[in-house]
Amino acid sequence: MTAPLDISPASCTQRPILRERGQREVFCGLTGIVWLHRKMQDAFFLIVGSRTCAHLMQSAAGVMIFAEPRFATAIIEERDLAGMADANEELDKTVKRLLARRPDIKLLFLVGSCPSEVIKLDLSRAAARLSKAYAPKVRILNYSGSGIETTFTQGEDACLASMVPELPAEASPEPSLLVVGALADVVEDQFKRLFEQLGIDRVRFFPSGSADDLPAVGPNTRFLLAQPFLGDTARLLEGRGAKRLPALFPLGVEGTAGFFKAAADAWNIDADKFDSVIEMPRARAEKALERYRDALAGKSIFFFPDSQLEVPLARFLSREIGMTLTEVGTPYLHMEHLDRELTLMPDGVRLSEGQDVDKQLDRCRAERPDISVCGLGLANPLEAEGLTTKWAIELVFTPIQGFEQAGDLAELFARPMNRRMRLAV
Amino acid sequence: MQLAVWTYEGPPHVGAMRVATAMKDVHYVLHAPQGDTYADLLFTMIERRDARPPVTYTTFQARDLGADTADIFKRAARDAYDRFQPKAMFVGASCTAELIQDDPGGLAKALALPVPVVPLELPSYTRKENWGAAETFYQLIRALADRNAEKLSQKTDRPSCNLLGPTALGFRHRDDVKEISNLLFHLGVEINVIAPMNAKAADIARIPAADFNVVLYPEIADTAARWLEREFKQPFTKTVPIGVGATRDFIKEVSDLAGIDAPDIEDAGNMGWWSRSIDSTYLTGKRVFIFGDATHAVAAARVASEELAFEVVGLGCYNREFARDLRAAAKRYDVEPLITDDYLVVEDAIAKAQPELVLGTQMERHIAKRLGIPCAVISAPVHVHDFPARYAPQMGFEGANVLFDTWVHPLVMGLEEHLLHMFRDDFEFNDEAGASHLGGHGAASKEPPTVEADPETGPEADNVIRWEPAAEKELKKIPFFVRGKARRNTENYAAERQIQLISVDTLYDAKAHYGR
Repeated sequence: MTAPLDISPASCTQRPILRERGQREVFCGLTGIVWLHRKMQDAFFLIVGSRTCAHLMQSAAGVMIFAEPRFATAIIEERDLAGMADANEELDKTVKRLLARRPDIKLLFLVGSCPSEVIKLDLSRAAARLSKAYAPKVRILNYSGSGIETTFTQGEDACLASMVPELPAEASPEPSLLVVGALADVVEDQFKRLFEQLGIDRVRFFPSGSADDLPAVGPNTRFLLAQPFLGDTARLLEGRGAKRLPALFPLGVEGTAGFFKAAADAWNIDADKFDSVIEMPRARAEKALERYRDALAGKSIFFFPDSQLEVPLARFLSREIGMTLTEVGTPYLHMEHLDRELTLMPDGVRLSEGQDVDKQLDRCRAERPDISVCGLGLANPLEAEGLTTKWAIELVFTPIQGFEQAGDLAELFARPMNRRMRLAV
Repeated sequence: MQLAVWTYEGPPHVGAMRVATAMKDVHYVLHAPQGDTYADLLFTMIERRDARPPVTYTTFQARDLGADTADIFKRAARDAYDRFQPKAMFVGASCTAELIQDDPGGLAKALALPVPVVPLELPSYTRKENWGAAETFYQLIRALADRNAEKLSQKTDRPSCNLLGPTALGFRHRDDVKEISNLLFHLGVEINVIAPMNAKAADIARIPAADFNVVLYPEIADTAARWLEREFKQPFTKTVPIGVGATRDFIKEVSDLAGIDAPDIEDAGNMGWWSRSIDSTYLTGKRVFIFGDATHAVAAARVASEELAFEVVGLGCYNREFARDLRAAAKRYDVEPLITDDYLVVEDAIAKAQPELVLGTQMERHIAKRLGIPCAVISAPVHVHDFPARYAPQMGFEGANVLFDTWVHPLVMGLEEHLLHMFRDDFEFNDEAGASHLGGHGAASKEPPTVEADPETGPEADNVIRWEPAAEKELKKIPFFVRGKARRNTENYAAERQIQLISVDTLYDAKAHYGR
C-alpha cells in the first residue's frame, strides 16, 4: 500500500486535501432519526426501505436505547417489487395503520432509503397525496436518508431541508435570529439566555420541539448554523431570503465566543457589552478546560470520517487543548461553511475527505496516534491493537456545544486516556 | 409492505456475515451501499469482537448507478483478495445491490482469483438472517467439501463427528461449543471439524471424513447437514442438548450414531437436585410464556415443563422455516402456537396470557419490562449484556445449571412470596417494590394493561363481564405475580356460568373451583 497519496490543493484555503473514494465505513443518513425523533416529540419517522434499514436502526439505536420509538420501517417485500402489489397503495395502508396506532403524531416524515431510491418510489408524491388525506391533523413530509446519497449527519440536513418550505413566512419587519441544527435542550436554554443578555430577543431554534410551533423565516431572518453539516438546509433558508451569519461552530471557548460574536456584530452590539455578557461563562469554561489540559496537551489525535464535526472539533482540540493533529478525516468538507474553521487549523495537519478505510487504517497504524476518533465498527479492533479510541457517535449524542459544555467536550477525549492509564488488566 | 418497529432477524446477508466472521481465513465481498457497513458494529460492539469482520463493502453511491457499479465491485473484490489473501471468498449483494443486478458471482468469476469463490444468492426481500446463514454455510460446504477427505484427516480408531452450526453473534455459541466438545470427549467421540466457528477453509474440506454430524443449531446447520447426509452418508443428530433430559437424550443419540455404549451418567450437574429440593416448591405451576427461535423456544418449553414444573402458557417462534417443530411442541403443551415476526403481535399475546415469567429474546425482555413481568433471555436476538464474560453455556449439563439460575433469578423468592400474600400493604415490603434480591431493579408490580377490544370486531356488549368494586378491591389483595391468573380464572369461571357481574363470592367460588 505504497501508492502515492492523491493530494490536491483546496481551492479556498490553499491547503492540500486528500480525497479518497474507496470503502466508506460510515452510517447512512437514516441514523439521524435516532436523535431527531427525540428532539421533535410529535414527529414520527417512517422509513420506506428494506429489512436492512430496520435492522440498522435497531442496531445503531439499540446500542443506546430500547423503548418504543417514534420511528418504524415500512419493509418493502417481494410482492411490492414484483408489481403484485401497488407500492403506493401498500404505503397508504401502512401509514393508515401507523396513524391509527399513534394518534399523537402531528408530523410524519416518509424517509427514503437506498432501495426506495433505486426502485424510484416517489415519496414526495406520496407525501403530497397523504398530506391531503390527513390534513390538517397530520402534516406529511419526505426526505431521503439513503446511504447512496447521504452520510450519517447529512440525514439531519435532509430532514431539516424538507421542513424549510413549511416554515411560516416572517411577518414582522424586525430582524430575527434563527439557530439552525438540533441541539440538546440544555444547550438551547443556555444559548437563549445568552442571546437575551446580549439584547437579541427574537431568537428561534430550528428544529423546534413541536410541529405546531415552527419558526418563521423571511428576508429579515439572520441564521447561525449550530452544526457544520447543514449545507442543503442553509441553501434553502437563503432561498427564503434569510441570511447566514458566517461564524465558528460553538465548540470550545473560542468557537462559542465566535458563534455569539457573529450574532452580536449583526445586531450592532458593542464590544464592551459583548465582553461583559460572555465574561463569566467564558471564564468558567476556561477553568473547566484547565483540568483536562495536563492529560491531553501534546497528545496526538487522528480523526476517521464520521459526523462532519471533525474540523471544528480538531480546531478546538488543537488550539484550546494543545493536542497535535495528525489526520482529520471528514465525510464531506463544506468549504464555505467551514471557511473560518479551516483558517484556524494548524499547518501540517492532513485533511482528508471521503474514505478508503483500509488505506486509512494503514495510515493510522503507521502513525500510532495517542487517540483515534472513529465509528463503532472500528473502535474495538483498534483498541485490541493497542490504540486508544473515542467513539465518534458519542460526540453526536452528548451536549457538547457552548461554554458550559466545553469542559464536558474535553472530558470525552480525556476519559479513554484516563481509563487506559488506570487499567491494569 | 410490512410495518416493523423492531425486527427479530436481520437481512440474509447478515447471516452470511455471521458465517464469514466466525471463520479464520475467508473474506466476504459484499456489493452494498455505505450504510450497510453498520453491520460491522453488531460484531465489534454487541459481541465485543476484537477484529473487524472480514467483509469488504463496495459502498457504491447514487452517482455510480448506471455507470460503473460492476467495475466498483470488481475492483473491490480484487483489492480485498490482494490485501487479505483469504483462502476462500464469498461474494454477494445486499438488498440495494440485488436491485441493480450486477451479478457479483459472474463478475468474481471473470476475475479468475486463485482461490475458491462462493457466490451467494440471498434474496433480501423474501428471506432473513438465519436463512442467509444456513444457505451460506451450505454453499460453502458444497463448494469446498473434499470427496477424498478421508486422506486429509488423521484417522484414529475412535468414532468421529463434526460440530455444525456455531457462528459469530450466536447466543452463547462460544460456550455451547466448549461444553459439547467436553461432553463428546468424555464419550470418547473425536471431533473432526467444528464449523463455521474458528474453522479454516481447509477444515471445511475435511468435513466428509467424520462418521456423523452433530447439529448444534438447526437454524444454521440443518440445510448443510441434510446435504452431507445425502452426499456422504453422514447421519446427523436431531436432539438439541438444552436441559438435563435433552442432554441425556443427546448422549443416547450420539452413542447410537457412534456405535458405542451409552455411558451411565453419574454427574448430570446440579439442575435436577436444585429443582427437586424443597425450596423450589414455589416454582410449581408458574405460568411461563416462551418466545424465540424455534430451536431454543421448543427446548425451553421442555425444560420449563419437565425440569422446573412450570406451566407453559404461551409458545412461539419468529422463524417460519421451523414452524412445524414449534407447532408440534405447542400441541404437547396444549397452547396455541404463535408464529410471527411481528413484535407487536407478540406483545399482545403476552399481555393477554398474563404469565408470571417470560422467556424470550431482547424484544420480549423489553415487552416484559413494560408489562412488569419477570423475564430471562433464552434466544437470539440478544444485546451486549447477553454476551457474558463468564462461561455460561445453554447446552449440556452445565448449560442446564445456567438455565436454572437465570430463569429462577428474576422471580420473587418462595417465602418472600408467602409474606407478600399475608401482608400486602407493608409500606416498605410490598409487591410493588419488586423482588427484594433484585434491589428494586426487578420487575415491579404493575396492573396489567387492559387489553383493548379489537377495533375490527368491537366489544360484544352482551359478553362483557364486569367486576363489582368490592370484588375488584379483593382481587388487588392478591399479589401481582398471581393476580393475572386469578383475574383470568375468575373471568373464565364467570363466563362459563353466564355471570356478568363478578362479586367477592364469584372470586372465591372460582378460587375453590380452580385451586391455587
